[in-house]
Amino acid sequence: MFEVFTHFADWLVYETFGLAADTKHGDALHFFVEDTTKIFALLLVMIYLVAWLRASLNVERVRDYLASKHRGVGYLLGSMFGAITPFCSCSSIPVFLGFTSAGIPVGITMAFLLTSPLINEVAVLLLLSLLGWKFTLMYVLVGICVGVIGGIFLDLIKAEQWLQPFAAKAYQRAASHQPVMGDVEAPRVSMLERHQFAREETQEILGRVWKWVFIGVGLGAGLHGFVPEGWVETNLGNGQWWSVPAAVVMGIPLYSNATGVIPVMESLLLKGLPVGTTLAFCMSTVAASFPEFILLKQVMQWRLLATLFAMLLLSFTAVGWIFNMAFPH
Amino acid sequence: MKEIKVLGTGCTKCTKTAEVIEKVARELATEVIVEKETNPEVIMGYGVMSTPAVVINDAVVHSGRIPTQEEVKQWLV
Repeated sequence: MFEVFTHFADWLVYETFGLAADTKHGDALHFFVEDTTKIFALLLVMIYLVAWLRASLNVERVRDYLASKHRGVGYLLGSMFGAITPFCSCSSIPVFLGFTSAGIPVGITMAFLLTSPLINEVAVLLLLSLLGWKFTLMYVLVGICVGVIGGIFLDLIKAEQWLQPFAAKAYQRAASHQPVMGDVEAPRVSMLERHQFAREETQEILGRVWKWVFIGVGLGAGLHGFVPEGWVETNLGNGQWWSVPAAVVMGIPLYSNATGVIPVMESLLLKGLPVGTTLAFCMSTVAASFPEFILLKQVMQWRLLATLFAMLLLSFTAVGWIFNMAFPH
Repeated sequence: MKEIKVLGTGCTKCTKTAEVIEKVARELATEVIVEKETNPEVIMGYGVMSTPAVVINDAVVHSGRIPTQEEVKQWLV
């Protein structure tokens, strides 16, 4: 069903502009036109549909649900809800405090917050359309695992002792008393309200990500057309162990969201960059960004913040190495 | 005189929320004091998890998105 975008790019680039398919410019422009038209069409339809389905899900309901669950399944549930619950990244701190003051362990809260930037409907959609369902499934599973394992680790080291004092106090109060929570009933959402929510979400998300689509696809197209065939494979795809940690470190200052980085991943994979290295680069770019970490300083002490950062970098590196071993060329 | 607080950790949506309230208040010629509250501890105290949220005379009236002008009118009348 996606061939229509290839045909459109063929028509525009080769026939209308008269560029030849085997030139650098023609190749890069074709990649750009095909991917941007495909991505925007899909985003428009899918964000609306997904928002329509999840209109009645919100962080308040997730908190009440998680607070009533056993710790053992809490990590997995926290991580999974992190993937599907809509919330703006500028709400991370209030969400963290809301969960903590409801007595939800720090590890489960962090499983929720770590998975959230890694997996969202836009990321899954782009992966599906650009890299196929197998890669998408793998990515989602790895994202959830990173959240779960990270969460368990944070509780094992008793991360709550390194929260800012007011947050630690709120957590202890909740643990010793029955937590005070508003009665949040499942909101009844009418068809019209669903439509309004879905329309607002579509406008909001598209308004936020459109420039990333152009930047990401632009970079991807540049790589596609101008990096010589075989260069990546020879220099980075020949079992060099250091390519994974290097990809993780490179991803840190590149602050981007999934929308921007996935078209770059597509291009890197096509050029022969190993799967694990590509995954590690993507996750590091999306989830290990300084601006968001600095925000967490409001609720965590430096020591915990540094531990969390190191933990993320190590787990992305591990993901990269494991996948490179499992899927050699 | 209504004391209105906009709760939020300082993203653009919170600024826009405060602007909408001030604009509607001017149109209705109602006197209001709009304050932005960015302290996470205070936000937690109101039990708010989705920002931007709006507090009028110490009661949370709205949370999770930028309010529409219609909604703001209803609070101010």
